[in-house]
Amino acid sequence: MASFVFFYFAGVIVLTATLVVALRNPIYSALSLLVMFFHVAGLYVTLHAEFLAAVQIIVYAGAILVLYLFVVMLLNVKREERFHGQASVAMFLGVTLLTEAILLVFLSEGPMFPAAVANTSELVTGNTKSIGQVLFSTYLFPFEVASLILLVAMVGAVILSKKGILDPKS
Amino acid sequence: MLDFGVRFALTVSQIGVVMVAVLLTVAALTLLERKVLSWMQDRMGPMEVGPYGILQPVADGLKLFFKEDIIPAGANRVMFMMAPVLSLVPALIGFAVIPFGPNWTVEIFDVEFKPFIISDINIGILYILAFTSIGAYGIILGGWSSNSKYSLLGGLRAAAQLISYELNVGLSIVGVLLLTGSLSMVAITEAQAGGFWNWYFFAFPFPQAIAFGVFIISAVAETNRVPFDLPEAESELVAGFFTEYSGMRFAFFFLAEYANMILVSCVATVLFFGGWQAPFTFLQGTGSFMWVSGIFWFAFKVSAFLFFFFWIRATLPRLRYDQLMRFGWKVLLPIAIGNIVLTAIFAYIFPGS
Repeated sequence: MASFVFFYFAGVIVLTATLVVALRNPIYSALSLLVMFFHVAGLYVTLHAEFLAAVQIIVYAGAILVLYLFVVMLLNVKREERFHGQASVAMFLGVTLLTEAILLVFLSEGPMFPAAVANTSELVTGNTKSIGQVLFSTYLFPFEVASLILLVAMVGAVILSKKGILDPKS
Repeated sequence: MLDFGVRFALTVSQIGVVMVAVLLTVAALTLLERKVLSWMQDRMGPMEVGPYGILQPVADGLKLFFKEDIIPAGANRVMFMMAPVLSLVPALIGFAVIPFGPNWTVEIFDVEFKPFIISDINIGILYILAFTSIGAYGIILGGWSSNSKYSLLGGLRAAAQLISYELNVGLSIVGVLLLTGSLSMVAITEAQAGGFWNWYFFAFPFPQAIAFGVFIISAVAETNRVPFDLPEAESELVAGFFTEYSGMRFAFFFLAEYANMILVSCVATVLFFGGWQAPFTFLQGTGSFMWVSGIFWFAFKVSAFLFFFFWIRATLPRLRYDQLMRFGWKVLLPIAIGNIVLTAIFAYIFPGS
């Protein structure tokens, strides 16, 4: 049962992720990305990570993708250009990564699927709490680094969008 | 296997009861809104259908049901048909985590069953936020697929407005979550037991009245109601994103708007006004009377919020679009963040209260 659910989610994720780049209409691409986000969230739920699933939908599906759609609709692109200049680079990287993935699957030792997640500890404290505790103890330094990077990005966005803020005359 | 069957039947009937209750409330709201607005403007409102016009929702429903379903030429048919469903389903799905009454357990055929709570998941409030944010897709796609300039402008406005105000809704409830220490709607309600001074609107150590102000303003904006109904401003955009819709598809958008209104009223009740808790413990009653009073107080508070929605609709003029965005980002957002900082400080100084 569990592996059936996994294969359903994984299959839909792969299919819709392919459609995102294969479809010609950018609105359809955005919508298949939406379906993909939902299935990734579903995968998180099967792993007992409900908090991550909810955040996945709120942040990606609820905010970022709406912003994408907003821009696509505002520009009213009916059909985007295919095969940009970086096609050859993309091809090279794609083939390399694919080969690597295939090799990893076939050459790795041990079971292909890890055993089912032991969820007893999470159920006691609730996984929001356990994420918070891990984030502020074990991973405190990466967490702070990430927040610093986000701060820099935010200041950068403000400076880029405010014309003349770097110009002393104005 | 019998266990599973009984559990399945119980849950399905529970969902059915809640859905029917919500849809009946929506029907009643369409009449009540017109009546309340009329009384505020010194008019009678609908009077023709039935005594005092109480059968008006039935007549409206029949009319919409038999209307011709028009799909405009050049519209994207699939998206056009999907958009109303995409906006109605998220509005109804949010009710799954609302605690309508006490957290009781009843045993039926050896299956534990909570009569007033469909599901108590530990991320309840995030679940509601996630699905209300999905509701934006129905509006945006409905506006885009209609192949009409008014619809497209309405859809674009809706997209910008919903993203901006969703952020404020999310930030304004963080104070409550800090005080409770849980994201579960049931736990939040139970933390406010024992009289109205324990409701988070008034509660020690830091009353969430400011957060409630931000929440209710943003909630009005998220449900596209006056004075924030820019996506459907009729003096500028005909009817905004649903200009081209008719018949049942139009009705779906309409149902979604009212269902969303009920949902945010329920959330406001649970987060800031103690859910099903009575203002004084002696009003709560004891034993089996408790569930009657629980349901009563919950319905009473939700109705008060719904009346508030009608009231501001009758009172306030519509904002201009740039004013709306400026207000959201430059006024509400700093207030919400300031509230989080203060609540965090007070929660640290007075822990466990």
